[in-house]
Amino acid sequence: MSITYLDAIRAAQAKALADDPRVFIYGQDVGVFGGAFKATKNLAKEFPGRVLDAPISEDAIVGAAIGAAIEGMRPIIEMQFADFSTPGFNQIVNQAATLFWRTQVPCPITIRLPSGGTSGAGPFHSQSMESLYAHYPGLIVMTPATVEDAYSMLLEAVAIDDPVIFCEHKRLYYHLKAPALPTEAMPVGKARIARAGRDLTIVAYSAMVQDALAAAEELAEEGSEIEVVDLRSVKPLDTDTVMASVSRTGRLLCVGESFPWGGVTAEVIARVASEGFGLLDAPPQRLNAKDTPIPYHPNLWLGHRPTAQSVCAAARNVLQM
Amino acid sequence: MAPMQQTLVSRDTQNAESSLPAQYLKAFRFMLLARALDEKMAGLYRAGKIQGGVFLGRGQEAYSVGLGMALRKGDIFAPLIRDGAGRLAFGEPVLDSVRTYLGSALGPMRGRDGNVHRGRPREGLLAMISHLGAMISVVNGMLMARRFRNIKGTVGAASIGDGGTSTGSFHEGLNQAAVEKLPLVIALANNQYAYSTPNNRQFACEDLIDKAVGYGIKAHEVDGTDLEACARVFSEAVEEARAGGGPQIVVGRLLRLCGHAEHDDAHYIDPQLKKSDVGRDCVKVAEERLLQEGWAEPKFISDLRHQVAVEVDEAVATVQREPLPDPYKENWCALKSRHLSEMFEIPSPAPVS
Repeated sequence: MSITYLDAIRAAQAKALADDPRVFIYGQDVGVFGGAFKATKNLAKEFPGRVLDAPISEDAIVGAAIGAAIEGMRPIIEMQFADFSTPGFNQIVNQAATLFWRTQVPCPITIRLPSGGTSGAGPFHSQSMESLYAHYPGLIVMTPATVEDAYSMLLEAVAIDDPVIFCEHKRLYYHLKAPALPTEAMPVGKARIARAGRDLTIVAYSAMVQDALAAAEELAEEGSEIEVVDLRSVKPLDTDTVMASVSRTGRLLCVGESFPWGGVTAEVIARVASEGFGLLDAPPQRLNAKDTPIPYHPNLWLGHRPTAQSVCAAARNVLQM
Repeated sequence: MAPMQQTLVSRDTQNAESSLPAQYLKAFRFMLLARALDEKMAGLYRAGKIQGGVFLGRGQEAYSVGLGMALRKGDIFAPLIRDGAGRLAFGEPVLDSVRTYLGSALGPMRGRDGNVHRGRPREGLLAMISHLGAMISVVNGMLMARRFRNIKGTVGAASIGDGGTSTGSFHEGLNQAAVEKLPLVIALANNQYAYSTPNNRQFACEDLIDKAVGYGIKAHEVDGTDLEACARVFSEAVEEARAGGGPQIVVGRLLRLCGHAEHDDAHYIDPQLKKSDVGRDCVKVAEERLLQEGWAEPKFISDLRHQVAVEVDEAVATVQREPLPDPYKENWCALKSRHLSEMFEIPSPAPVS
């Protein structure tokens, strides 16, 4: 029996609902229909009255979650697509993120963002929002890259007393599989060495970890040993693990699927350059999507986002510097 | 005119506390206190003693206190910037306001937020963000949480103005409350201007009560300068929501008798409006009623004014002796999960050796 990334997300929600009466799920089509991606399939039936369909009102959905959290509940919000969190952006960054700082009342809400590109999805169903949310104080931003992390980090997101932006990658939903759900997990805030190597560190997160691992496999055939660091959460950002890796390899490539201006990859490079300049044998590089909206047609889309092939090319470039 | 014996917040006419004169006087005292507090803050602002803006409720006291008195302990209130009187009636201490305006480290916001952005969310008094309409769905969520927990009989109220009705948040919040049939009361103060923008540049329906039908919720309208009417209509709306009648919206007609904030001289307000019924000063109207009905002697009212002025002065004197926030002692942590926040810290640049 194998568990997909999507199964893990559903199972984590079922466990959260079963374990904690304060948990409820609120979002568009999450009820009887089971969600656009079926991440809440059967949950409305298993937990009557606790999995609620919401009107198409992202602002009010997040606002209501904040209100419920003030009253001691632990809502899980499903944004149908990460892209659609922008109408709720104000509530997330100005209300949820500031509540504890301003009033000392915690805001334990989890906002699930089905993120990232899938073939044919186009400009408004493909975005990666982690850099935007990580920019704001008061938010935690998780970017699980494995089935195990999708499960354990979602449970942690619900347990954490702060608002968590849970960026789950749609491309991993069905094709990423694990033999079973995990029984133990790394703590939030710790990055993971996804593959050990000594020639180059590739820092990635979310679906890009899979592309980075594929690239590392290909480069191994060329004789290069690539270390892949999976950030797991982009905020907190585990610079210790990144620096330790760079101290072993002397070279750094950061890969992210989001737009190139600013963002997680730039942040990682800024930290390594300022805190570990002496560790570097070559200028640190980064690889992101192109600075255009995300195209619809697969031919263009594959040219827009980083792929295993473009990660390979970028890695060869850093290795030759 | 309402019959003499009709009570404001209770049908129990036998109880002296809840008799119309007693309730009217109680509400009037909150209005005077709110006005005195406003005047004091305005004075301190002009003296350069206040960082940031000062937002007065002048002209909105009757409407605001009507809502505040209709609510009871355990209810939820999300006030906006002109709700000083309603806050006091809901139970907010005078010190909360003064401490927040003066930035006292002992206040509810401890210098982290100022002026009207104060509250005690755990006690049902929300601390507004600046984005209009955003508090409505938060109140909805609190009411939904109470329904999950089978807590019955509480009401949530959120204030909004004519300008705030143009926001998406207002629309989403009202629709959500209607879909969920929540015991929500929206206090919609139509004070004719949103900052400098008049109603004819804000909405095109004939009257703001027309909005209610589209959401399937009940609308009430009231002369926002008439204390008794405000108290009666809010009492009805709150009790209807409490009894399961779903969301209610109370549109009050009034005029802002001050600028948007104290930096604003409000020169744009139409002089005809000031002379019209909508421009009446609700405090003066209430005082005249008290005297006409013989519910209070002039001496009693002047003593009341003195009392509230002393109360405000004492609060200011207390707060002025309190410590201000100290950046070196500040806990610069936006998360409850402090252990995660420490990981965010970016080290200061190391000295170059």
